[in-house]
Amino acid sequence: MPIKIENLTHIYMQGTPFEATALQNINLEIDDGEFVGLIGHTGSGKSTLIQHLNGLLKPTSGTITVNDIRIDKDSRNLKEVRRQVGLVFQYPEHQLFEETVYQDIAFGPRNLGLSAEEIDVRVKEAMALVGLDFDSLKDRSPFELSGGQRRRVAIAGVIAMKPKILILDEPTAGLDPRGRDEILGQIKEFHERYGITVILVSHSMEDVARLVNKIIVMNRGRVALYGTPEEVFRHADELEEMGLGIPQITRLMRMLRERGIDVPDDVFTIERAKEVILEKLKGGKVNA
Amino acid sequence: MEPIIKTEKLRFEYTNQEEQQIAALRDINLEINKGEFIVIIGHNGSGKSTLAKHINAILKPSAGVIWVKGMDTRDDDKVWDIRQTAGMVFQNPDNQLVATIVEEDVAFGPENLAIPPEEIRKRIKEALEKVGMESYAKSAPHYLSGGQKQRVAIAGIIAMKPEIIVLDEPTAMLDPSGRREVMETIHYLNKQEGITVVHITHYMEEAIDADRVIVMEKGKVVMQGKPRDIFTKVEQLKALGLDVPQMAELAYELRKEGLDISPDVMTVEEMVNSLCQ
Repeated sequence: MPIKIENLTHIYMQGTPFEATALQNINLEIDDGEFVGLIGHTGSGKSTLIQHLNGLLKPTSGTITVNDIRIDKDSRNLKEVRRQVGLVFQYPEHQLFEETVYQDIAFGPRNLGLSAEEIDVRVKEAMALVGLDFDSLKDRSPFELSGGQRRRVAIAGVIAMKPKILILDEPTAGLDPRGRDEILGQIKEFHERYGITVILVSHSMEDVARLVNKIIVMNRGRVALYGTPEEVFRHADELEEMGLGIPQITRLMRMLRERGIDVPDDVFTIERAKEVILEKLKGGKVNA
Repeated sequence: MEPIIKTEKLRFEYTNQEEQQIAALRDINLEINKGEFIVIIGHNGSGKSTLAKHINAILKPSAGVIWVKGMDTRDDDKVWDIRQTAGMVFQNPDNQLVATIVEEDVAFGPENLAIPPEEIRKRIKEALEKVGMESYAKSAPHYLSGGQKQRVAIAGIIAMKPEIIVLDEPTAMLDPSGRREVMETIHYLNKQEGITVVHITHYMEEAIDADRVIVMEKGKVVMQGKPRDIFTKVEQLKALGLDVPQMAELAYELRKEGLDISPDVMTVEEMVNSLCQ
């Protein structure tokens, strides 16, 4: 289900002294089944953009088309697009409210009018996907769980809606390294198993480089760069100017090239860097 | 010299919802010297925050003792002196600012210390200068970025003239530039003002410039030492569910393959130099 954004502009509080243009003439196409990283400085327009994708915000001008559903400034019925596009906000655990983990995850599916059996299946599936044990946790209050577990409950609640597109706004913020790796691993698995489109908002260039196949870079309400990680991370200077950076490994490769060592520019991970360096150093010292 | 923070068999226990007795800190013996820059790492639930909260007497030991500048935190008469000596900055910038104007927020602490108004004004000005926020004195905090809010929170602590600042994951909710601002600020305060810093983080890159790294696990201190000594123990850190700075990990991997990489490589520049000598 491709996403097509055409000439999207969003102005907050238009016509007041607080008027602020958050998005300026955005044009983007995202293909089915892609894993897209969305990066940008705070205030660059990332959150405003993702809220348009499931109709939480409507454009001031321009259109968004999600699987033939068109959203423009006059759109009224946005229920279908919200069913297809699941949005996990920052710190989603703050939105938990039910008495038990089961009830909380079942809330969305229940609103879809599904049968009790179907809801049960979905809750079990969603909990398994985020690594929560069904039998021991289903009747617990979400408020008794650890921060990392609460976050998984919230993500499971969105996954249980079986969205065709899953958008996550910094799903690992505030987690420790182990919690971060687990949640990112589960999102990756979900993406691979169901072939759905995933859009991941992140501040970590390392995480983005490791996971996604396309990167959107937002800056001052515009799309500054859009392409594969190799293409985007070639623009190191521009990214630095935007207050962003490139993965450390990519920076290492760049500096080695500046010293005259012929290493490729599409290396983002430690494993790959190790291979490349070993290959260059086979037979002794580097000839700089 | 007497350490500014000292713990002896510091233990903290609480009862959870299932009525079980949980030991969050298990007999910790620790000494922190004046002027040190300490980074504490460890995964969630390892006891980092519980330890931090003992330093300014938000929590009191179940057993054992913690002395802050020689003051025993169990002594109720000393609580205010302890809190003035050791200020604390928390994770969420939105939960710590209380006033509607930046300078009023910074004034909150000194006002509670019953300091005369002229002196308060002087302290606010100095504190905001030290965190680089002087031009925002009259701004409303909710218009600031996360990094700016954290710097205002730090200024509020500085205005109390503390000798120790304890920061509990102050960068966890910030974007990369906000994180950089906060780290530069606390390094400045440590180097230029001689303030002892205890910084808790999950970002290993923030630990590289510390004087000492303390690793916690299950309520105990399991490793401590200079960053370069700690981060060469890649396997041990990974087993604890922690990260290693990326260059330290790459250096470790390359050494395993027999390359002659200096063991204390932490940064990209050091790696380039080590590879190109």
